[in-house]
Amino acid sequence: MMNRNAAIMLFAGTAALAACAPKAPEELPPPPAEAAAPAPAPTPTGPTGPVLGSQEHFVDAVNGQNVIYFDTDRYNIDSADAAALQTQAQYLGQYGQIRVTIEGHADERGTREYNLALGERRANAAKNYLVGLGVDASRIATVSYGKERPVALGSNEAAWAENRRAVSVVIN
Amino acid sequence: MKKITFTFIALLLAAPLSAQNKDLGGLVAEGGQVETAGIDASGEDAEGGLTFTVTDESDWADLGVAIPAFATDRDLATPANSSGTAALGREVARVITANLRNNGLFKPVGPDALPQPSFVQIRAPSWATWSGRGAEMLVHGFVQARSDGRLMFGCYLYDVALQDELVREGWVVPPADWRRAAHKCSDIIYSRLTGESPFFDSRIAYIAETGPKNKRIKRLAIMDSDGANHRFITLGSSTALTPRYSPDYKRLMYLSYVDGNPRIYVYDIGTGKQTLVTQSSNPTFAPRWSPDGRYILYSMAVSGNTDIYRVPAGGGTSVRLTDTPGIDIGGSYAPDGGKIVFESDRSGSQQCYVMDANGSNQRRISFFGGRCATPEWSPRGDQIAFTRIAGDFNISVMSPAGRNLRVLTSGWQDEAPTWAPNGRIIQFFRTERNTGRTALWQVDLTGRNERRLPTPVDASDPAWGPILP
Repeated sequence: MMNRNAAIMLFAGTAALAACAPKAPEELPPPPAEAAAPAPAPTPTGPTGPVLGSQEHFVDAVNGQNVIYFDTDRYNIDSADAAALQTQAQYLGQYGQIRVTIEGHADERGTREYNLALGERRANAAKNYLVGLGVDASRIATVSYGKERPVALGSNEAAWAENRRAVSVVIN
Repeated sequence: MKKITFTFIALLLAAPLSAQNKDLGGLVAEGGQVETAGIDASGEDAEGGLTFTVTDESDWADLGVAIPAFATDRDLATPANSSGTAALGREVARVITANLRNNGLFKPVGPDALPQPSFVQIRAPSWATWSGRGAEMLVHGFVQARSDGRLMFGCYLYDVALQDELVREGWVVPPADWRRAAHKCSDIIYSRLTGESPFFDSRIAYIAETGPKNKRIKRLAIMDSDGANHRFITLGSSTALTPRYSPDYKRLMYLSYVDGNPRIYVYDIGTGKQTLVTQSSNPTFAPRWSPDGRYILYSMAVSGNTDIYRVPAGGGTSVRLTDTPGIDIGGSYAPDGGKIVFESDRSGSQQCYVMDANGSNQRRISFFGGRCATPEWSPRGDQIAFTRIAGDFNISVMSPAGRNLRVLTSGWQDEAPTWAPNGRIIQFFRTERNTGRTALWQVDLTGRNERRLPTPVDASDPAWGPILP
């Protein structure tokens, strides 16, 4: 738990330095090239900001808390994760037409096949929590990328902490 | 009219399949038949015994083996070599020399440093020439272009001191498969001198990797055991992972994200088409064949809980073999098909377990420090190779009872062992710290002769098939 907190503080510090508190969509893993529906072309949003139904709208509304993080080899929802998922559930409660895919990820310090299964377990843990908060299960898909799609590229504790994550992505 | 209607219906039926085939490249050649042929006896007893006892690998490791160019009776044109059968004979000897040298076997000297024997000398070696060069073993061979377009190869192994023939074999192959004759010759040399089973005439499936760490392109690829005849099976528009050759080399199983989700496909090499291993919307991982090719193991996550299932390879009902909460994944059959070793985190961390082939009698076998992942049963049955996670990842072996742990490699992240067909060599992939670059490596069972395999691009998930049929 100490490691986890330290990693979050490190991460938060980095974000503050970058003067960019909510995670920008550019930092998200690339969507699967084979995904059925590609993200809509970035239509001009005008002064009113992101359009409902876009990932940007979701990320802005949940203040960047569309990503939750896990300890090594764990998939439990801790208090920080719970707070983030409550914010997501509020958004999904407000916009009943929105559906999401939760992408489960693991750090590189696990074997490939196990990490695929671990990512699936993390994505389901997040999904189950949202369902417990009243979101209809049919609105939440899951997919695991195991250790195949890291966002932090180093081979160190801080990078691994960032990569052990479940990312909620709006389905267009 | 009838034909047009039929075509239309066929197109309609084919339509749903096109999506799951969209990442596939063109057909790859399946390879021709290699026919074992009788070759003329030299007059000596073909079963003549060895003159020394193989007690330790260091004994034969120092054995000097001369491998001059294969001779040809007439230098004829062949599709196998633009310069004709004489040049092809030299090429074959080079392939054999590289096979033995790269695997740390004996002290081979190849055709570029040796005199060229004549066609008649193949069956009657010029002993003085070879004993004068200090060669203990002598490989001779010939190549002949046959009137039916195929090639005939003969391969002879002689003991120079005894002036005696140890073994001889001949093969008729299509020109495109000439390298298989070189591998078969390598195999009889290796088997005769070490007493071990052959392994050169085999293929490897693996994942070819390109691109930066966060946008890695992963393609299914295949190659011969020496890296030749390299082919990409998928195009790279979808991530491909964890391939396994069927024991008859007719099919490949692997994981693909072609429909956006991780699922196991069975790719038919002859038709170039693939099918899902099971009709389910759940993600499936970790495909494995039974040694006789009749069953498939796959792991499937249902509501986040992954278990191991078995299904007949020809289709049928899946049977769930594990049912504990947590991740049960992978699975590797003992060579007799009676038991399966697999990994599970039911005890809190990844450990290796053995069960009967029907899922009964599950028991943990790994009780040393660290975690036990990706277990693979040796084709000889006497060892289980696995990824040992204790800080770093290292390739290790243990007995099927979980005893006699030996750590064979010392990389930062060495993962996913696969056995040579004879259970003497283990390949794996090594990931580089920070860059995430990957490469295939191999090490022999004694921990010696560690080397990197040459691949056109970065590489992971090697899967070594059995001896080619």
